[in-house]
Amino acid sequence: MSTRTIRGEKNLQDITTAHPDGIGGSPLRPDGTLKVKGEFAYSSDLWHEDMLWGMALRSPHARARILSVDISEALTLPGVYALLTHDDIPGTKFYGLEIQDQPALAIDQIRYHGEAVAIVAADHPETARRALAKVKVEYEVLTPITTEEQCLNPETHGYVHEPHEYKGHASGNIVHQQKVVSGLGVTDEVRALADVVVSGEYQVGMQDQAFLGPESGLAVPAEDGGIDLYIATQWLHVDRQQIAPVLGLPENKVRLTLAGVGGAFGGREDLSMQIHACLLAQRTGKPVKIVYSREESFFGHVHRHPATLHYEHGATRDGKLVFMTARIVLDGGAYASASPAVVGNASSLSVGPYEIPNVDVIAIALYSNNPSCGAMRGFGAVQAARLRTQLDRLAAELGMDPVELRQLNAVSQGSYLPTGQQIDAPAPVAELLQKVKDLPLPPALDVTHLDVRELPGALSNTSHGEGIVRGVGYAVGLKNVGFSEGFDDYSTARVRLEVIGGEPVAMVHTAMAEVGQGGVTVHGQIARTELGERVTIHPANTEVGSAGSTSASRQTYMTGGAVKLAAEAVRNELFALGRTRYGWTGNDLSLVGGKVVSASEGVLISIADLLGDHAIDLTREHHHRPTVPFDKETGQGFGHVQYTFCAHRAVVDVDVELGLVKVVELAAAQDVGKALNPLSVIGQIQGGSTQGLGLAVMEEIITRDGKVRNPSFTDYLIPTILDTPPQPVEIMELPDEHSPYGLRGVGEAPTLSSTPAIVSAIRAATGLALNRVPVRPEHITGTLTPTHFPGAAVQSSQQPPRGAPNSTTPCAIPPQARTAAGPPPHHPCGTHRTHRQHPLRSTVFAPRFSYRFRYDLSLDPGTPDQHTPHAALAGARAPWHPHQASRTVPCHPYLMGPQAGREPHPNPL
Amino acid sequence: MEFLRPATWDEALAAKAENPSALPISGGTDVMVELNFDRHRPAALLDLNRISELTEWESGVYEGQEGEVIRLGAAVPYARITRELARQLPGLALAGNTVGSPQIRNRGSVGGNLGGASPAGDAHPALLAAGRDVFVEAASVRGTRLIAIDDFYVGVKRNSLEPDELIRAVRIPVADGPQQFSKIGTRNAMVIAVCAFGFALHPRSGTVGTGIGSAAPTPRRAVAAEEFLADELAERNLWATAG
Ligand SMILES: Cc1cc2nc3c(=O)[nH]c(=O)nc-3n(C[C@H](O)[C@H](O)[C@H](O)COP(=O)(O)OP(=O)(O)OC[C@H]3O[C@@H](n4cnc5c(N)ncnc54)[C@H](O)[C@@H]3O)c2cc1C
Repeated sequence: MSTRTIRGEKNLQDITTAHPDGIGGSPLRPDGTLKVKGEFAYSSDLWHEDMLWGMALRSPHARARILSVDISEALTLPGVYALLTHDDIPGTKFYGLEIQDQPALAIDQIRYHGEAVAIVAADHPETARRALAKVKVEYEVLTPITTEEQCLNPETHGYVHEPHEYKGHASGNIVHQQKVVSGLGVTDEVRALADVVVSGEYQVGMQDQAFLGPESGLAVPAEDGGIDLYIATQWLHVDRQQIAPVLGLPENKVRLTLAGVGGAFGGREDLSMQIHACLLAQRTGKPVKIVYSREESFFGHVHRHPATLHYEHGATRDGKLVFMTARIVLDGGAYASASPAVVGNASSLSVGPYEIPNVDVIAIALYSNNPSCGAMRGFGAVQAARLRTQLDRLAAELGMDPVELRQLNAVSQGSYLPTGQQIDAPAPVAELLQKVKDLPLPPALDVTHLDVRELPGALSNTSHGEGIVRGVGYAVGLKNVGFSEGFDDYSTARVRLEVIGGEPVAMVHTAMAEVGQGGVTVHGQIARTELGERVTIHPANTEVGSAGSTSASRQTYMTGGAVKLAAEAVRNELFALGRTRYGWTGNDLSLVGGKVVSASEGVLISIADLLGDHAIDLTREHHHRPTVPFDKETGQGFGHVQYTFCAHRAVVDVDVELGLVKVVELAAAQDVGKALNPLSVIGQIQGGSTQGLGLAVMEEIITRDGKVRNPSFTDYLIPTILDTPPQPVEIMELPDEHSPYGLRGVGEAPTLSSTPAIVSAIRAATGLALNRVPVRPEHITGTLTPTHFPGAAVQSSQQPPRGAPNSTTPCAIPPQARTAAGPPPHHPCGTHRTHRQHPLRSTVFAPRFSYRFRYDLSLDPGTPDQHTPHAALAGARAPWHPHQASRTVPCHPYLMGPQAGREPHPNPL
Repeated sequence: MEFLRPATWDEALAAKAENPSALPISGGTDVMVELNFDRHRPAALLDLNRISELTEWESGVYEGQEGEVIRLGAAVPYARITRELARQLPGLALAGNTVGSPQIRNRGSVGGNLGGASPAGDAHPALLAAGRDVFVEAASVRGTRLIAIDDFYVGVKRNSLEPDELIRAVRIPVADGPQQFSKIGTRNAMVIAVCAFGFALHPRSGTVGTGIGSAAPTPRRAVAAEEFLADELAERNLWATAG
């Protein structure tokens, strides 16, 4: 531990405090400043003399037979070095994280839009692009299998993987399925125990990880016939395990080094361009770089499984949950990826952090011709988090406060989950909810001090307070940490202690992928805490053993734990050296300030003098406690390593007429066991919450007949800074005795509860059911046109908002303007609002309109009714004076009210 | 691809006359996207960034336009319009403030918006609303032509510039009454308008200006609404009394 009590000599006083950059501190991240200044080298910045550029030809169809591929013309292009199809693969043709069902290049069939058919290496990206344009592929296009109904009827609609090729864990178009049954199950007798039952169907759209650094890397052929690959990934060793067999090489001839990673969030758990770059380097004998464009990136990685969930909850009159059933259908897309583990999580965590005595759950993942889905922050638990809606409805039915209902049923240490696993560490669910509930609420909207950036629509200037309704919502989530179901995802760390320039320096070497989570900072903190002053971090590569994946909230727990073990071993070895050399006998040694200190005798020797030229270099593996697979039929088993909990309170302002949402504040409380780096912990919580915000109100990959409609950041929207609210964070530190330092994985839990808290707040503001995320403007205004999105049937049952009569519909477009030809071509997915028709005359002097006048014209500081509240202004006429025109128009366009008279506001962002 | 970098306006006009297919590039916030997405591979780019007068604005009195007029250089970025011209051109300043992000507003220009003539361009509704006497200065070696804003937009991403013409400036009368702009997008910033609306009252002429973006193949006015409201205000004697 970082704080030591040292008795004895006075000269020790100045070194008795914890190292400020040890655990519990928040030292600067080594990559932080570089990233902010644009100087950090990402994998896309890699460069090698003589290197070639690789590129893939991708299928424009979601399901097709490949009749022929003709590369002859493309090969004649000067500057083209190699053009490969699956025929050219030297080793195994398939790869995959758990199930090797994905061909490295398509073999006779296309199973998803964007599947790679051929790859080229050329002297310039432009040459590569031209070469691919000359490859002739003849397709027989087939009707894609995209809906649950189609997937579950393969005899009628076909197989994504024909039965003779099927490699999944179930059959037909199901990759994997898991049941969880506990208590008495859910029988008629059990149902009879409940006074109130609510059931509903919910949907989760397909979210993208949307990391900013596209897939990229550089494969360099080595003299020994192997390949050195510099790559942005989440798990070097598992990449290698999948790459080597395809190249026909033993694993030790494929060496990976981590390149700068621009975000991951699960999207780099699967391979993307790795095998392609290696194949091309192997073939050409030259270094090959591949960098995806943003559009290709949308096709190059798996996404979050979209899901349809059917939940039923029964409770007694006094609010105790009696039973729950759930049927969770996850669309896994064309290939298995991480679908089995996602199913395991979705089923075992489907109850959330609640005690429910009788449970009957089934979760399945489908094979379909939609984009492949796999890991993304929250991993199955995010989809299952839709059950929060159920609890809100139940609370409404019971006339209970939704937070109280949750607290009444919350798990705590000692509770059993429906898998039969007992929670054997602190589980302060009710307390976390209380913490967010007790935080002061943000001030109410004040129309006399408006900054439009704080309103829904922000600078788009769609409202100055009219039509805005505030809502508050709560949610709390349950997430596992580490790999589950019997998986031994151990981590390895090597620590070397030696004297450099007269000072002891500890070098930490792991294969941990730093994807932005701050792992290298934490490793430095751990080594400093255990060994003393200077620490260097060795580049992550496969020269050292596996560090497991940077996912599942596990890296600080697992690889941080390995660094701790290795550092402790080095320390013990150092003490042993001193004991042998100097005959120390005491067992009260510690390392403080570069010196070996005995609690009874004071400073014994400096590390530098003790070590001399000797280096201590030790490697340790850290294994978490073992788990077991869930029983297939009952889901029983000690399946998860650790649980983690986060609660949110969301405050939103909704423009109920336009359907625009502004999240005003998103408060979180999380138990992190021990905050090794409090600043990073807050960063993780705020980042995870923001990703949940994206899923709540905007982020979705839209597919139609299996084709991705919005593969760009113009059309796939992620939150901007104006969408991202202040996020107060409350951290609890209740140690888990099973983990290093008592810590708990942090990164994912906030993603689970932020989405439902926001949706719950929008529901509170609008009174709408909102059974689907993301909630889009048309869901709030009730103007959805059914053709736009899958699952439209569910949304169309939503009613237009209460209190939004037609007469205040803001659109003043005369009907004839709407009869013009269709939408402009580059509109995102053609999602035009359907304007309700209304006679022009009835809208012109509607309150909303007059109110607008008021603000246009009242900026003269002398105007007395400046502070008149909104309601009183409705219908007020404009105090406008033509001779003062130049003074009465807004002097700054987005500041309204008294602030407007101040200095022009600096750039808003 | 050829890259032409004229140092003066005359050189630019000469270059455009010689290479009518050369694609002008100003802030580059549209052009670079097109190039990067491989949607457009022009034979030549005509870089206007060395021509300093394009980034200047002046105010004066011009024939055919009533009152004070701002002659806005084609390349004045939105950020400066918001900072420097919010009083004179409030509608355009509001519109400019909704464009993209701060980075885009530091580079993007009204000249570029007009050059692209996208139905979703946010400057258009504000320019339409600012009056029928808003003119685009289209210049070529043959001379300068004033195109009334109503005649400027001719189709989806098409304008009425001749192949040898460049936009020098836009002449916009200083607001003589209140102006507003708002747009609806599906995010709180950095978003293409699902629909945009520019609105202005012109008490001097007793007219109302409107502009609708993103709702038709070209930006357009709501003519009936303009007339209706102007008449209504006249009928109630509100123009004269100013409410
Ligand atoms: C991230 C992002 C967000 C955006 N958001 C918005 C938005 O919210 N609203 C919006 O309206 N636009 C938006 N845009 C588009 C773009 O920023 C604007 O259209 C901007 O006005 C273009 O100006 P520019 O100077 O950069 O034009 P450029 O890209 O340099 O040129 C655009 C077009 O105009 C032509 N052109 C330029 N100058 C002249 C000239 N002097 N004479 C003749 N033709 C000329 C060019 O040849 C080209 O066809 C966005 C773009 C990006 C990249």
